[in-house]
Amino acid sequence: MKKNRKTLKAIVYILLTGYSLLTLFPFVWSLSTSFKTTREITAGGTFLPEDWSIQGYQTIFSSQFPTWVMNSLVVGLAVTFLNLVFNTMAGYALARIPFKGRQLIFSFLLLLIMIPSQVTMIPLYIIVSDLGLVNTRSSLILTTMINITYIFMMRQFFTNFPREIEEAATVDGLSRFGTFFRIVLPNMKAALATQTVFIFMGIWNEFMKPLLFISSPEKYMLTQGLNALSKQYMNATKWDVIMAGAIISVIPILILYILLNKYFIRANDQTAGIK
Amino acid sequence: MGSKYRQTVQGYSFLLPALAVILVFTLIPIVYAFLLMFFKVDLLSGEKTFVGLQNFEKIFSDPKFWAAFENTARYVLVVVPVQTLIALLLAVLLNSKIRFDRIFLSVMFLPTLTSSSAMTLIFMWLFNNNGLVVNLIRDLFGVKIQFVTNPDLALTVIMTMNIFSTVPHFMIVFLSGLQDIPAALYEAAAIDGAGKVKQFLHVTVPQLMPITFYVITMGVVGCFQIFDQAFIMSNGSGGPQNSTLTFTLYIYSWPSTAMTWEGRRRWPLSSGSSF
Repeated sequence: MKKNRKTLKAIVYILLTGYSLLTLFPFVWSLSTSFKTTREITAGGTFLPEDWSIQGYQTIFSSQFPTWVMNSLVVGLAVTFLNLVFNTMAGYALARIPFKGRQLIFSFLLLLIMIPSQVTMIPLYIIVSDLGLVNTRSSLILTTMINITYIFMMRQFFTNFPREIEEAATVDGLSRFGTFFRIVLPNMKAALATQTVFIFMGIWNEFMKPLLFISSPEKYMLTQGLNALSKQYMNATKWDVIMAGAIISVIPILILYILLNKYFIRANDQTAGIK
Repeated sequence: MGSKYRQTVQGYSFLLPALAVILVFTLIPIVYAFLLMFFKVDLLSGEKTFVGLQNFEKIFSDPKFWAAFENTARYVLVVVPVQTLIALLLAVLLNSKIRFDRIFLSVMFLPTLTSSSAMTLIFMWLFNNNGLVVNLIRDLFGVKIQFVTNPDLALTVIMTMNIFSTVPHFMIVFLSGLQDIPAALYEAAAIDGAGKVKQFLHVTVPQLMPITFYVITMGVVGCFQIFDQAFIMSNGSGGPQNSTLTFTLYIYSWPSTAMTWEGRRRWPLSSGSSF
């Protein structure tokens, strides 16, 4: 019996290690490729580079790549900031302010969250173009500065937040806005961190919207840039350049992940809890 | 009465930014999509003529629509069961009171962080005609299988990639579901003489039903939305020979009429995901 359990445990570890290695492998292989020379890549070659070369990285940094990284950073930060403020405000109202039509708005948002983005893809483009926003960064910021999923997450947060603390602040003479910004906001670091992580990741990795709205290369977002990069270098089999680009695009999210690891995993739990 | 009025004003002012964005960039496009369904639209001049149901006829007689339909159906049939099973298996393994579960979890989560464009490039490099997977199969079995350019296999690459990057998220959803199952149920089953396998089939599986339902619906919805990977791999064409043409790519490639019909078709499906 005891021996049986030990074998079982060993199998569990082997399976988990196996899948972890399988997960890591494509990334390690790309990292290794990004340091190879194009000649070595064409020849097939070994797992690790024979001659370490930073040619790939040099090539992308002398191209428009840094501009794309900057574009993604600027748009990403702006979108994240606006989402934090607006989603939180909306979530607060839905959880705490008993106004007329609240239930109606809530049900309505619940309905809208289910509509996939490609249904509205073309009409959204028409509206953005009617507003004269095509090929501007504002088109990306304006269309993504609200996220209903996180409005619901914040609503959930406020539903669980002790009301007494707020009431005490009101008794002390703070207005609703005052209570919100000076009492509630400092108490919700974890919820805000979760939002930050996922909103930023969402816009950093977004592909379809930039593809629809942005047409001039100097305004490309990084994901679009990667696509352009691959078109440019694939026929010349310069996979070192393409992989260097892919690796660099992952790094900012990886840093966020290492710093805020627990929020990534927890938010996944929470989204499951809401449904 | 006065305070009630104030509450309402406050409520709506907190919700104002969210509602404004949703109105302009979600609601109006949806209504627009419904109206456009019956019109022929010239995107350049913006001229609309009422054509009744002609758009539907056009779609149904378009072989590309059926190609997209078939691809998406195949996609759902393969991807959803496979990703659900792998995610469930990994979650069960991670939940079996092992050490280092945190490390396994963190490593396995990596693909979820990577943008679809970077992921696609990495997979294209792996499955490229001169790529690692192709060379490995050649060395082991002596056959050269060209994944990316073979119409029968191009979609398989996208499926693999999709499974690879969605498994971690669903794994965590399952994991949190598993942790919510009361230990008492297992103890009772053990007393009744149920072994590990029986416990899994008669306790774990039924207890996880709601979570599994969520994972499957989200999986199906996700499959219908596949776009980035197919776009990048096929350069936006859905090739080779329409083998990677997904619904969304189809909508993207033929804006004037297609999307409206698609939009309606998907509605009942996506509203299913709410439960």
